[in-house]
Amino acid sequence: MTNEKTKATEEQLLYAKILSYGTWIGLATMVTTFFLYVTGILAPVVPMDRLQTCWSMKAKDFMHELGLPHGWNWVSLAGHGDYLNYVGIVFLSGLTVVCYLAILPILIRKKETPYVIIAILEVLVLVLAASGILKVGGH
Amino acid sequence: MPVTVFLLVMLAAFAAFGSEGATAAAGAAGEHAGAAASAIPVDPAAGAAAAAASTTAWWVWPLVLFVVTFVMGILAVLGGVGGGVLFVPIIGGFFPFHIDFVRGAGLLVALAGSLAAGPGLLKRNLASLRLAIPVALIASTAAIGGALVGLALPANVVNTMLGSAIILIVIIMGTAKKSDFPNVPRQDNLSKALGIMGIYREESIGQDVEWHTHRTPGALATFVVIGFMAGMFGLGAGWANVPVLNLMMGAPLKISVATSKFLLSITDTSAAWIFINGGAVLPLMVVPSLVGIMLGSLVGVKILAKTKPKSIKWMVIGLLFFSGLRSLLKGLGIWP
Repeated sequence: MTNEKTKATEEQLLYAKILSYGTWIGLATMVTTFFLYVTGILAPVVPMDRLQTCWSMKAKDFMHELGLPHGWNWVSLAGHGDYLNYVGIVFLSGLTVVCYLAILPILIRKKETPYVIIAILEVLVLVLAASGILKVGGH
Repeated sequence: MPVTVFLLVMLAAFAAFGSEGATAAAGAAGEHAGAAASAIPVDPAAGAAAAAASTTAWWVWPLVLFVVTFVMGILAVLGGVGGGVLFVPIIGGFFPFHIDFVRGAGLLVALAGSLAAGPGLLKRNLASLRLAIPVALIASTAAIGGALVGLALPANVVNTMLGSAIILIVIIMGTAKKSDFPNVPRQDNLSKALGIMGIYREESIGQDVEWHTHRTPGALATFVVIGFMAGMFGLGAGWANVPVLNLMMGAPLKISVATSKFLLSITDTSAAWIFINGGAVLPLMVVPSLVGIMLGSLVGVKILAKTKPKSIKWMVIGLLFFSGLRSLLKGLGIWP
């Protein structure tokens, strides 16, 4: 039997709620875009036979060989079957930042100063990782 | 266990297929000259794998990935391990994809599993946000460093290190003790300042269990290493998170397992971004693997009720050891 003491906190429940909806939206997006990709309804930037001959290359060489864009430049190719799949992938990868931003006001209201600072730092770390500023050594 | 035997047979078939591909590569050089044999140097093992891959219709690969990851999902649940830790050594060792893409997919597979499990664990107050938030900051920052270093290293070095890491994980999994309710005599100052504590309903004993942690600074330092390894190898890090949260910090086992699972959603996110931005994510690999492992996990949960988990755990450990050994030998050039 659950009592008040054993209940999850307000911020924890909000985090869970966003994560729950977001995960299923993200997964449904991924499956839909993948269907459009593999059925050829939307033509890919990299044809399947070409992809197959290059997927054993290092990622950096793969991108260079096929002349593919780095970082967020994929957005300009989102109309193609392969790059459309990035919408779901990026959505799922961005979900944690949304959850952190959503619980920040609650943490501030509860005057949980250490957690406010840590949450802000986490958002900054994730945004930095997502920004594409951090790169593996040049070609 | 039939699924384990099935998976081993499939992997052996793929290993043999890879060797045939290597032999065929010489004869098929002309066909592939325009692509794989370009100005960009490709290591011999990768070249052989490309040749093997190009003799097979493209759609076979996502289909086989789906089947293998489906079985993997069942085994992961039955063996009590994360999907990511099985995915990277098995797919990296026996499929033609470069280890960069395998790690990118591995991170997303672990991330999706964690995102799917997270809400339920948080709502039931088994995963603790108070425990996860400080740990996640350390682990996710370190994971970025690991991902950057991992993507910069050559494949043979990554495979050698991955194989060694997997064998180490097997040793940890086989020997690490667990404690349902560790004794925490005194909460340390950092844990007190952060208020890392909680209370949850333990249904197995019908009581509310209060918990807090100790040795927090040392544990946070350990999460630097765990995060770095997770980012570098694209592994979920449950194998390391749970012992540190449980045995080092003194969180109850259920809280440790649940918080670890949720924690991966943050740690793996930061590393996944580095792989996405570095072009190391192939949708053709990611989506079937992710769906396969998630569906397999659902089936695994149903099978779990009717099986003896302990014997299966040892089979999974054996499979993991075999995959780790394969990565190590591949990296060293002994079994290319």
